[in-house]
Amino acid sequence: MEDISLVTVVFMLPLVGLVLMLLFARTEQGYRWGALVTSLVTFGVSLLLLRNFDTGVSGLQMVQKVDWITADSFTIRYYVGVDGISIWLVMLTTFIMPLAILASFNPIKDRVRLYYLFMVLMEWAMLGVFVAQDLFLFYIFWEVTLVPMYFLIGIWGAEDRIYAAVKFFLYTMAGSLLMLLAILWLGNKAGTFSLPDILAKLETGELSFSTNTARWLFLAFGIAFAIKVPMWPLHSWLPDAHVQAPTAGSVILAGVLLKMGTYGFVRFNLPLFPEASKTFAPYVAVLAVIGIIYGAWVSYGQKDVKKLVAYSSISHLGFVMLGLFALNPAGIQGGILQMVNHGISTGGLFLLVGVLYERRHTKLMSAFGGIWRAMPLYSGIALVIVLSSMGLPGLNGFVGEFTILLGSAGSSVLSWWFTFFAAIGIILAAVYMLYMFNTVFMGALDKEENKRLPDLNWQELWSLVPILVMVFVIGLQAGYFFKFMDGSVQELVDQVNTYVMTAAGQ
Amino acid sequence: MFSVPDLSDLNAGAALPAIFLGAYACLLMIVDLFIPRTRKQITVALTLVGLGAALALSLLALGDVVEFGDGAVAFGGMYVADRFSDAVNVTVLITAILGVLVAYNYLERIRRQRSEYYYLLLFTTLGVMVMGAAGDLVIVFVALELLSIPLYILSGFRWPQEASEESALKYFILGAFSSGFLVYGIALVYGATGTTDFRALWQSIGQIVADDASSKYLLLVGTGLVLVGLGFKVAAVPFHMWTPDVYQGAPTSVVAYMSVAAKIGGFAALARVLGAGMGNLTLGGEAAAAWQSTVWIIAALTMILGNVVAIVQSDLKRLLAYSSIAHAGYLLIGVAAVGTPAVTDEAVRAVVMYLVAYAFTNVGAFAVIIAVEKDDASNTGLDSMRGLAARQPLLAASMAVFMLSLTGIPLTAGFVGKWFVFKSAVAADLIPVAVIGVLTSLVSAYYYLRIVWYMYFEQGKGEAYVPAPLAWAISIATVGTLALGIFPYLLSDLANGITLAFGR
Repeated sequence: MEDISLVTVVFMLPLVGLVLMLLFARTEQGYRWGALVTSLVTFGVSLLLLRNFDTGVSGLQMVQKVDWITADSFTIRYYVGVDGISIWLVMLTTFIMPLAILASFNPIKDRVRLYYLFMVLMEWAMLGVFVAQDLFLFYIFWEVTLVPMYFLIGIWGAEDRIYAAVKFFLYTMAGSLLMLLAILWLGNKAGTFSLPDILAKLETGELSFSTNTARWLFLAFGIAFAIKVPMWPLHSWLPDAHVQAPTAGSVILAGVLLKMGTYGFVRFNLPLFPEASKTFAPYVAVLAVIGIIYGAWVSYGQKDVKKLVAYSSISHLGFVMLGLFALNPAGIQGGILQMVNHGISTGGLFLLVGVLYERRHTKLMSAFGGIWRAMPLYSGIALVIVLSSMGLPGLNGFVGEFTILLGSAGSSVLSWWFTFFAAIGIILAAVYMLYMFNTVFMGALDKEENKRLPDLNWQELWSLVPILVMVFVIGLQAGYFFKFMDGSVQELVDQVNTYVMTAAGQ
Repeated sequence: MFSVPDLSDLNAGAALPAIFLGAYACLLMIVDLFIPRTRKQITVALTLVGLGAALALSLLALGDVVEFGDGAVAFGGMYVADRFSDAVNVTVLITAILGVLVAYNYLERIRRQRSEYYYLLLFTTLGVMVMGAAGDLVIVFVALELLSIPLYILSGFRWPQEASEESALKYFILGAFSSGFLVYGIALVYGATGTTDFRALWQSIGQIVADDASSKYLLLVGTGLVLVGLGFKVAAVPFHMWTPDVYQGAPTSVVAYMSVAAKIGGFAALARVLGAGMGNLTLGGEAAAAWQSTVWIIAALTMILGNVVAIVQSDLKRLLAYSSIAHAGYLLIGVAAVGTPAVTDEAVRAVVMYLVAYAFTNVGAFAVIIAVEKDDASNTGLDSMRGLAARQPLLAASMAVFMLSLTGIPLTAGFVGKWFVFKSAVAADLIPVAVIGVLTSLVSAYYYLRIVWYMYFEQGKGEAYVPAPLAWAISIATVGTLALGIFPYLLSDLANGITLAFGR
């Protein structure tokens, strides 16, 4: 028995917490605190990942590899590890979860135990997606994330929750099933489902597929991921799910779940199908830019704050996709950092909306106005997060978006038009965000109901403070985050380019 | 003069689990006469003991702890006790144990507590076991009848309730009809090859294919008729018409057992006949067997029809009937893949894994329906699921697990089954049918999820009656469904090593 890797520990902690809660927690309070402690411990231990991470290594680290299913013609492994790309998504997950759980203390009054069980299960599944290096394992957790979210939306959501929950489930599953076939095809061909082994076989030429096949496979994986991101025009599940979900559900959806899609592109599509990635890059970029502008445009037209934030996600994720498919180090690094940024700022925005909804039970912008006077602390925090989401220099959003634009402008596969239109998206973001801020927080406090709104209580405050801290940390110390990615991203870009060069040379 | 066969040549020991169960069932019939009417729980206990002992024997054989008899082949090739038949035995015996557990209180409630129920169940279980070990077309037929006839009776067990009588009659007439097809098919195959023994059949077919003899047409027609006969048993489209009516009318405890056991038997027979007997029936120099395209077209139709029609069902039993048609379609994908020589073993293993997963899941789902059903057979509508989670949290959680498993969501047994079946289809290059398979899975997600949302997202009375034996059955099914999903190597280890080498 080899040593248990730290990645396994982080990944399994939520499961341990889940079992302990089932065994020992007797009261609703027990489940609340059980879930919070579980997620905090997981976060604490995941910090060790950062400490033990060797930035000089580009490949997987803290790997654990155990044969799981062995048959005559193939093996399936329990194979986990992190590299410079996935480590930040693991960190994002462990960072967001305690906040989402803390923010649920007040709003969730009904079927409390079940709620926190699903929250912890959710964390486990999401971590599984980010650490899995075997396609079987990856697919398991990719699908399993649907189940707790289906319940979270369906049980604790708003009026149209059932419609939203089912739509979310079916929409996402539609994509994943095609990916399942692609995975099976790959596994049959390679005799293994472990991604690093498949990549090694591709490199040595032991495994190869025709250009056409690679493109089909790219699409099968890509559509699954594109639905999750979601890319325009596959985004229609997102506004429903985000708006109907309870606050913590929206935070998790926007904060982590959407990143599973973009992460999938980086982890699978780019290295496995480099030629197809290059071929499809302009098309993906077109959809990304449409998403950027469309998301921003539609956000501006919303009357409901939560919808506004939901559509802004489409716009932000468009940036991420644009960066990734610039296929150069700057674009990909910017894209990865922007995934984290979006998780933090949009997660924060949903928490903010939740605070208002708790007090007024409405999310319509017209119901508010002049909130700053009633809730100064809340409004101050809101201002920072709104500015971060807009991409104000000095805050986290700026670094990500700027690096992405840098990448797309210098990209050999994308024309400069993409950068141009994406930059317009940034301006639009400022428009709808400031418009929202203006309507809700500024102006006269003219509504009677709003005059006595209490400011943040301690759970709300402590769920927002860490986000505030991270907004500044990433904004001012982005170099620290990029340092982790350098090696892995460079290797990824090399994989994409070498393959294309050899293919061109043939 | 005729020679008396030497009994030791028969190698009867290899068939010990089946022989034991058959003898036990006969004995139980007699013993039961001396058990007073008011103490039928003794019969139930004895039934469970018999099934448990047979299960223990089968597990010993499966785990290669003890080898009964000398080699796999018994009764001169009629009976093949190999790893495949061991796996079939274990699966059907577990199903039967669950079937008895769900039946006891239910029969009490509907005032049909009669011991015939239990020993008929033993006989049909024996039929499935023999089916899984068939080495000869004649045995396939005999086993099929042994499997079917008790089921006809059991379907009508609730007489004089009309729905139950109708169910029994319909099942009997169509079943007899399908048996006719099967016999006719066997006769034609015999006519073409001069044998019904799988080993001889394999050689004879090889000869016919090599010579391109004209008897191949006779053979093809015969194979087709055999497919029709078995297609009826597994409820494949277009031979599925009886399923919804029979499932809806028959006592729910019978359906819980029969929906799984008949499938195990039918698919064991399909794998044996097509894989071990006729796998080399190729045309025009192609690698894949000639029946492959037929089977996958039937599979595609079955999945599409089952899943699409299930959407509009408002009765749980009917819904699960269509769902079981749909699952026959997924299993048929595996059977189609058996036709590609390089994939035969993998595909047979996939079918076995799917059957094990399906056994736990589907018996469990019907057990939950038994819990909500009223004594007068009412309250089996979808509405009975409304609000179940609030009143019966554990029952609802189990049902949710079964529904997710039927959908094929990971960490449940159903996913592992689907994964391997689709994998074998992709390996056999049957991509179109695999695509239809995954797309119809998506369709099925809708109606399975609807049950989950009725239970969890809506309000309702959520009444249910869960006596201890039923609770055990549901618990075993839930734990099984989850354990096989979380530890998928349990299933793959069970299936590894299964080959249909008999025909080769």
